[in-house]
Amino acid sequence: MQDDGSSVLDKFRQGDEDAFETLFRMHQRSVYGWVLRIVRDPGAAEDVTVEAFWRMHRAHARFDSTRGFEPWARRIATHAALDWLRRQKPEDNIAPEMWNSVAAPTAGDAAVNAEIRNKTAQAFARLPAKLRVTATLAVVEERPQKEVAEALGITVAAVKLRVFRALRLLRKDLSEMGIKP
Amino acid sequence: MAQLLRESLPPIGDSNEPARDLWPAMLRRMDDQTVHRAASIPWFDWALAGGLVAFAAIAPRTIPVILYYL
Repeated sequence: MQDDGSSVLDKFRQGDEDAFETLFRMHQRSVYGWVLRIVRDPGAAEDVTVEAFWRMHRAHARFDSTRGFEPWARRIATHAALDWLRRQKPEDNIAPEMWNSVAAPTAGDAAVNAEIRNKTAQAFARLPAKLRVTATLAVVEERPQKEVAEALGITVAAVKLRVFRALRLLRKDLSEMGIKP
Repeated sequence: MAQLLRESLPPIGDSNEPARDLWPAMLRRMDDQTVHRAASIPWFDWALAGGLVAFAAIAPRTIPVILYYL
């Protein structure tokens, strides 16, 4: 099995289209899931997933088969998602279905009303894309900081710094709107 | 602040998969790029063609010679 996996990776590195299709089918679900966490829009996540695999296809010669496909794919997918976020207007960054879930109060958070949550989501959408991606993965999705660092190609210390800056900017923005978190 | 953010943006979680198989979209993307690459002519080919046309305009008598070498 390991030999088969290594063989597919080696063939992909050499530009074999069948190996690429095999890897695409093996990893499209995990890459899509990762991208969806960042872009938070199912339709956009599909487009970004295809874009990410296209980038992998173009970069096949630079792939190091000894390091495994998943971390490499996740890193490329993270940057494709980051590029997508940079092209969006802040008000477009949360899909309508996400706004509905934002506005709907849940049993556990009765104290925080829907308006505050909406304003928080809007303020978050105005943050710089790289801070937003880091905070989304590390704070909202609660992914391990090491995993976030590997996906973004930065150090764990840089992840911590970006999260700190994101939360500080968010707090400042909310304070200007009269909300004291 | 982190808690407020988590309440404002519900986590997506792990159990998500695309609504459709994305491989056909991937194939379309690859085909589009192949056609685009084939259709696009490098700038130096345009420059060479422009140079030949300019040279032929300046010295029309060289046209048969150029055609002979083509």
